[in-house]
Amino acid sequence: MARIIGGLTSSHIPAIGNAIARNLFEDPYWKPFFDGFPPIRAWLDEKQPDVAIVIYNDHGLNFFLDKMPTFAIGAAPEYRNDDEGWGIPTLPSFAGDPRLSWHIIEQLVGEEFDVCSCQEMTVDHGFTVPMQLFWDDWQKKPIRTVPISINTVQHPIPSPARCYKFGQALGRAIASYPSDQKVVILGTGGLSHQLDGQRAGFINKPFDLMCMDKIVSDPELLARYTAHDLVREAGAQGAEFILWLAMRGALQGHVQKLHGNYHVPISNTGAGTMLLENAD
Amino acid sequence: MSTEAITQDIPGTIIFNGEQAMKGYALNKMCYSFNKADSRAAFKRDEEAYMEQFHLNAQQKAAIRARNVLDLLAAGGNIYYLAKFAGIFGLSVQDVGAQQTGMTVEAFKAMLAKQGE
Repeated sequence: MARIIGGLTSSHIPAIGNAIARNLFEDPYWKPFFDGFPPIRAWLDEKQPDVAIVIYNDHGLNFFLDKMPTFAIGAAPEYRNDDEGWGIPTLPSFAGDPRLSWHIIEQLVGEEFDVCSCQEMTVDHGFTVPMQLFWDDWQKKPIRTVPISINTVQHPIPSPARCYKFGQALGRAIASYPSDQKVVILGTGGLSHQLDGQRAGFINKPFDLMCMDKIVSDPELLARYTAHDLVREAGAQGAEFILWLAMRGALQGHVQKLHGNYHVPISNTGAGTMLLENAD
Repeated sequence: MSTEAITQDIPGTIIFNGEQAMKGYALNKMCYSFNKADSRAAFKRDEEAYMEQFHLNAQQKAAIRARNVLDLLAAGGNIYYLAKFAGIFGLSVQDVGAQQTGMTVEAFKAMLAKQGE
């Protein structure tokens, strides 16, 4: 059976994609952020996972407000990004794993999570930036991916509790996949930030640090917040923390933090990076 | 208290809910089109005709002409789509934040950095 060996978190800000394209790893503004990744890349290099399940939100590339799925799962042989309107570089494609995708879709719908399945899906910076950060050599050693997009664009967005339960069901789905594969789950986005309104620029460092602590030891405490609480405490776009909770729900073993980094500001955001090991 | 009043109780924040989604649909649809370089070029060639093509209302047209983010939000704009409009002018999220808070871009960046201390 497939095994979830760990969970990874990262912000997915577009500016990071541009900084990667411009090789700003040693730049004084960017270094404290990029320095959070080598220990995680070393762990990935040692563990060699076969598949990455990437939980992110589409920001208006693949989905528009005409049809806005709450939970959407990619089931394509490959995924590409595209022009998002502001010049983020387009990248070579990421490999998919349609059989695993369909297994996950079957199992989730079986557990009453009525997801939207996508045999064609463009992936935006929410997906590509974390993939580039964790696998700087992904073009040479392609890892298979399953993108899962959760709506954070238009309220009502799913509650933290619902996303945590979604993650638990996702974890059971992977654990029942008859294949000896190692899987990592990416929870992307956040932490606190707000782009719009007079409160633009809002960051809440104490709340972010509390979330990075409790996501390890007591995720169910965090799942008791409402989506509205997250907007108030973490900013309008800080509600992306529901994506971390979906990741954490999938880790059903003995979970411990192997690495963490937090830096303010990256663009308008408190950027949290974590490696959680999921042991039997 | 109406559902709407309960939702919109966070200062300086408009929760983009069904009410906003209805109000801003035409505006957001136009901004979504700016994913494509051809659409950005068409807008730059003739803004008025482009806005008319997407049936923007008078409030939305005025906010677009003024390049005013708070006015665009008040007209039902969603920040993820408005970001594509801002992209046409090469504006960063710090530029957009500075405009909305009435700060210089340098002061806005300093405010962001201070929150990391």
